[in-house]
Amino acid sequence: MTFHPEIFLQQIINGLVLGSIYALVALGYTMVYGILGLINFAHGEVVMIGALTALSVILALHGAAPDLPAALFILAGTLVAIPVTMALGYTIERVAYRPLRNAPRLAPLITAIGVSIVLQNVALLVWGRSYRSWPPILPTTPHTILGANITDLQIFIVLAAAAIMAGLMLLVNKTKLGRAMRATAENPAVAGLMGVNVNVIISVTFVIGAALGAIAGVMVSANYQIAHYYMGFILGLKAFTAAVLGGIGNLAGAMLGGLLLGLIESLGAGYIGDLTGGFLGSHYQDVFAFFVLIVVLIFRPSGLVGERVAERA
Amino acid sequence: MSALLEVKALEVAYGGIRALKGIDFEVNEGELVALIGANGAGKSTTLRALSSLVRPAAGTIRYRGEVTSALPSYALVRKGLALVPEGRGVFARLSVRENLEMGAYHRGDREIGKDLDRVFGLMPRLAERSTQLAGTLSGGEQQMLAIGRSLMSRPKLLLLDEPSMGLAPIMVQKVFEIVQTVAREGVTILLVEQNAKLALELSSRGYVMESGTISLSGPSAKLLADPKVREAYLGEAA
Repeated sequence: MTFHPEIFLQQIINGLVLGSIYALVALGYTMVYGILGLINFAHGEVVMIGALTALSVILALHGAAPDLPAALFILAGTLVAIPVTMALGYTIERVAYRPLRNAPRLAPLITAIGVSIVLQNVALLVWGRSYRSWPPILPTTPHTILGANITDLQIFIVLAAAAIMAGLMLLVNKTKLGRAMRATAENPAVAGLMGVNVNVIISVTFVIGAALGAIAGVMVSANYQIAHYYMGFILGLKAFTAAVLGGIGNLAGAMLGGLLLGLIESLGAGYIGDLTGGFLGSHYQDVFAFFVLIVVLIFRPSGLVGERVAERA
Repeated sequence: MSALLEVKALEVAYGGIRALKGIDFEVNEGELVALIGANGAGKSTTLRALSSLVRPAAGTIRYRGEVTSALPSYALVRKGLALVPEGRGVFARLSVRENLEMGAYHRGDREIGKDLDRVFGLMPRLAERSTQLAGTLSGGEQQMLAIGRSLMSRPKLLLLDEPSMGLAPIMVQKVFEIVQTVAREGVTILLVEQNAKLALELSSRGYVMESGTISLSGPSAKLLADPKVREAYLGEAA
């Protein structure tokens, strides 16, 4: 077995692209958990609806004017998908979670799974069962760096995700709204005494998470050139794993967890064949996320940068 | 003098337990009124009802003539009614300065910076620690922060729930000095305390609560001299 540095670099690039997307989705999980202590399992489906909405817009636009620049297609698709998922995120919280705000924790968790199934079926009705492919709008010739390939799209995904995450950190840490979000996460009753309408803050949190989800949905479907009604399930579980890996409830943790999970998956899938003498192949990629989840839950349930849950009391 | 706060036949129940069994009292503009009583007498419940943190089962609360029991707590602070909750409730993972800024959350005016300076002037220890996380402060400093934070909302009526709880005697004194200063600046205060002596010495009028009812009321000096109060709350033998 010989080591090929260019293959290693390729896996790192693929891992960073994948990890950027996981991080964006993981932020949606971790923000909601931070403020409500709720794992919004329907978030993966919000990402899926974002991806399919954007793709529908892109396909329609491509049918009408196939010669527009690729960036314009993606921009148009994303700009439609974001408000759609924002409205969806708001509605999910308002209809499914708010009535259960003071219910035992298990109730909203089961509801979240229910919402997830409902959304999958709605998507099945709207977009059908088959995989939907992207039109050939993206430049496919990659750039070569030290023998590894990277496309314009991949560069764009990593840079855009980094910019969005930096923006989110600024919002949460430097603005009045962000301060109210942090205060509400820590003690909603006292935040109310300060004049914060906690319901508005919770809605805003869902809406921001959903917007990030729409962007991640466009990225992931552009990256694989397909979208379908079931894509949110595995993606959601992996992003949830990333959030737990970083320390659920912690924004920086979700970003770190997402990037790490992307790298672990990419390197794991790339080298598992060599390491097991060909016994296991790269189609075991999905196994790594869940292996990581189990290891984290056993050895460091508070995550890499998370606080111990007991300290929250 | 007009009644800033007027409470009539207020009842609060937790499940089947009646924590307040119909109490009447009022607080006039500019007064410092003490509400004293033993553990479980219903003092904190009274403040929680005044701040809309619990819904009354019966009775009315009028603040500046308006019935407030149907309003959410975030609306009350905008009307100048602020609660410093029991156990302080500072945001441990926000800095001292951010905690104070949260106190001014509902305000959009340009004088927030001025008020911040005023609080820092009143509590120099907070100024020294303005960038520290509030969770790293001592209990006394957290109590000061909680009071300072409520001042940032420019309250007309300040409800203080056991500000002396769990503090060293020297800190209790400092906290009460601040309460006195705030009262002198014209803020009306309803002070709930287990430390009856301190509260009665500071206030002009007082109410004594006993298992969900008000058993005694009157000028603080008179309550301080009352043998029943001395026996029950000031630890003197009859």
